[in-house]
Amino acid sequence: MMRCVNPLRVLFAILFLGIAGSLILPWQIELQHLDRSAHFRSATLDLGLRERVGQAAFIAALSGFRAPVAALLWISAHAAWEKTEWGKMDALFESVTTLQPRVLLYWDIAAWHMAWNARASALQDLTQPSEVLRERSAGHYVALGRNFLERGIKNNPDQYLLYESLGRLAGTRESDHGAAADAYAKAASLTNAPAYLKRLAAYESSLTPGREREAYERLLSLYHEGAQQRVPTLVTRLHEFEQKLGIPKDQWVNDSVSSYPFYPLKAPK
Amino acid sequence: MSRRFSSSSRIFAIAGNTFTDLVRQRVFLFLLIFSLMVIGCSALLAKFSFQEEFQMLKDVALGAMSLFLSFFAILASAMLLPRDLEDRTIFTILSKPVPRHEYLMGKLLGVLTMLLLSTLIMGGLFLTVLVLREQSVLLETRNSFVGSQQELASALAEVRKSAFNWNLIPAMVILFAKASLIASLTLMISTFATSGIFAILTSVSAYFIGHLQETAREYWLGGVTVHWWSRLFSALLALVFPDLQAFNLSDDIVAGKGLPLDVFWQTIALGGVYTILYYLVACFLFQKREL
Repeated sequence: MMRCVNPLRVLFAILFLGIAGSLILPWQIELQHLDRSAHFRSATLDLGLRERVGQAAFIAALSGFRAPVAALLWISAHAAWEKTEWGKMDALFESVTTLQPRVLLYWDIAAWHMAWNARASALQDLTQPSEVLRERSAGHYVALGRNFLERGIKNNPDQYLLYESLGRLAGTRESDHGAAADAYAKAASLTNAPAYLKRLAAYESSLTPGREREAYERLLSLYHEGAQQRVPTLVTRLHEFEQKLGIPKDQWVNDSVSSYPFYPLKAPK
Repeated sequence: MSRRFSSSSRIFAIAGNTFTDLVRQRVFLFLLIFSLMVIGCSALLAKFSFQEEFQMLKDVALGAMSLFLSFFAILASAMLLPRDLEDRTIFTILSKPVPRHEYLMGKLLGVLTMLLLSTLIMGGLFLTVLVLREQSVLLETRNSFVGSQQELASALAEVRKSAFNWNLIPAMVILFAKASLIASLTLMISTFATSGIFAILTSVSAYFIGHLQETAREYWLGGVTVHWWSRLFSALLALVFPDLQAFNLSDDIVAGKGLPLDVFWQTIALGGVYTILYYLVACFLFQKREL
């Protein structure tokens, strides 16, 4: 049988660890701030999450296994999608995004499932005899999708992807072209944003009543950026606005759709 | 009689022996489970979009690496002293001119070598599966894509962005630093533990407490009005245990976040400082222990 260490020695050891710990403490706090400022360790694991994911998963998440727990819940959400269990999917997406708030993919796909798939399912739900209620239910899912994107943006304000998705949702699902234009414009202003986002912002502006002048200026500015932005839709809309806004002919752009560099498409196999 | 070996030779001899002993116990069989998990996961996730597949593959593989390394660190370190006492090999070693701190250092280095090798094997396997899947998705994209060359290049870049990125390497280094810290902490616990089981259970508890240290620290320093003993208890937890959440950066790294260099080095340094600290306390406790 093993003999014990002198308890006084253990007490001294604890005391020593306490003193060393108090010296390390400011460093730990500084490192925590450094991590947070670099957007690390930002997930909030609270009691609400514990109720949603269960105790075992919550303990696993607390023990440093947030990402694998989120991955497993995501697979469950996929299984729920195959059974079109939209309510369950929403709850699982809530948990996944709480566990991994910095994964854009989770916010984006959660919003897409809600605002596109769940909405379409609600509109085709023949168990609901009233058209009004079907529309209402569809609207509810679109709002859930928007909510995912807005919270995702709050957690990842420096990423263009979710702004782009918000623009798409506002434009195609809510027919709010002004909001869509603003979201695309914001997305375009962020680092690594693809060039087409500026065009999307201009197109959405062009569909917004009362923002014709702004739309024209955006389209014109893009046109002057060079050949890469002179795609057929842009040139066509620019000509529409030149006529609509009564721009003098000498100020019209000297271009036509055919001047756009044509990329031959590969034939489908 | 003069000593035949220098101090470092003795340490390396004990470390080599410890490592060989761990290998003989077939701890590396765990790696088989890891490889099955990663390969199985990769096959299972093929039905998802490639972004989801790569995201979950990385999540699961790094999570499993963290779990296995922590598991290895606790089990291997907790059983070192009890087994040597049981086999009485410790008497053979310590009856020679081997200081106890060298004995502990040798044991710790043996475990750290095993952890390093495990990290390299698991990391290598994970990256191989990831790169193979990436190549497979790239090939599929090339063969099935319909569109301009520019669009194809953009699609391929998207696949590459979702799969391997260099930040996975520091993520694995941080996992190793965390496992080293846990090994040292467990070794310290085993120096005053009365049995191997006790050492394992206490180390597992310390592992969980370490993950809650940040909460205890915020509770202690947050200015919440609580009983004095509650505050004292939180302070004790915050000071004695390491903040293991500081090492859980891989969750955010797999999300595609770049790891700033200062965060990386400070995390590694924190792990190193705690590893040394617990080793020193282990030496202090073991120095006068009756065997």
